[in-house]
Amino acid sequence: MSDTTCFDYLLRLGDDSLVLGQRLGEWCGHAPTLEIDLSLANVALDLIGQATYLLGHAGTVEGQGRDADRLAFHRDALDFRNCLLVEQPNGDFAQTIARQFLFSTYQRLLFDGLTRSTDSHLAAIAAKSVKEVAYHADLAAGWVVRLGDGTAESRQRMIDGLEWMVRFVDELFMTDAVETDLVARGIAVDRTALRPAFDAAVTAVLEQATLPPLPAHRPVTGGRRGHHTEHLGHLLAPMQHLQRSYPNATW
Amino acid sequence: MTTPVDPGQVMDVLATVPDPEIPVVSIVDLGIVRGVDAGRGSVLLTPTYTGCPATLAIEMAVRSTLAAHGLGHLAVETVLSPPWTTDWISDAGREKLRAYGIAPPPKGSAATNLRGQPMPTPCPRCGSTRTVEVSRFGSTPCKALWRCEDCLEPFDRFKCH
Repeated sequence: MSDTTCFDYLLRLGDDSLVLGQRLGEWCGHAPTLEIDLSLANVALDLIGQATYLLGHAGTVEGQGRDADRLAFHRDALDFRNCLLVEQPNGDFAQTIARQFLFSTYQRLLFDGLTRSTDSHLAAIAAKSVKEVAYHADLAAGWVVRLGDGTAESRQRMIDGLEWMVRFVDELFMTDAVETDLVARGIAVDRTALRPAFDAAVTAVLEQATLPPLPAHRPVTGGRRGHHTEHLGHLLAPMQHLQRSYPNATW
Repeated sequence: MTTPVDPGQVMDVLATVPDPEIPVVSIVDLGIVRGVDAGRGSVLLTPTYTGCPATLAIEMAVRSTLAAHGLGHLAVETVLSPPWTTDWISDAGREKLRAYGIAPPPKGSAATNLRGQPMPTPCPRCGSTRTVEVSRFGSTPCKALWRCEDCLEPFDRFKCH
């Protein structure tokens, strides 16, 4: 049975995980220490695992015969529904940590809510993933504290990283007609209701890190409608290259 | 026309399939085999971690092992719910992990004592409990990197989940 709003919602969830997983993979072999390299690669793997399940489920709901690989490798940037936060470039290590901290703190709350979804398969994916996301959120929060309460240099870089990423935070909690319908059916989580818990969690970590509160910034949005920053195309090009050049290649 | 399925026999066959990353334990020891649905003629597998790169290798190993024992007609299904936890690892599996040099997870996925503090992790080599976590993310998604303060050896610890 085809359900376009449900399909769209699952794309939003799956694309967030896929794009961030691909971004983090760029650190592989380049991170400051071996332990961090392993950590970021592990987080990337978890996210790509989530994406595989979420996009696979999206394809089933759509009912057009598209599987997770088809959705990942054969869609253009305009058809991606991820938030703008996850497609932002890695920058320096502090900027990557800022992005991870904000996203994982949000995703932990979202997936916790989705464990109670009336879509039992989505609830199962969320229950499986939320335990792993807790590790991601703890890893990122630990580094926010370490960098923020570290040297003058690390502190300034952490502040700069958060100042760049903060403009993409509001989009995480925005809802629209697609989601309102699904919230009413008990399938989706009401994003707006997650904001107070997110703000409390972020504030607690920033205080521990002796960092100032997140600065106010005019929100930049559009990802859920396919209006992306220029960075997404540059991320998709190497990711999709093989399947685009040699469609349906297998090995 | 269906062939009757003996779940016990199928489980015995699956107990010979090693985990591809930690070959001293079988996929039954690790709790990856959730069971056999005799009615549907299916073997039910559950992934340990969503991003575990071994998931596909495990499924392929299960298919070829079943086929080699004349059980190739069985389907292999992935189930996510209830999610796998380290509590699914058998006692025999825990001992095999320890002997292999990987600190097994304590029973109880929260892995804390009654006061809510983390349980000590004994070094799998010398047994000392003076151990520290080096990195929560290790060489595979299921392991964290630890170090023993007495014998000074680094070791893997199965993540509690």
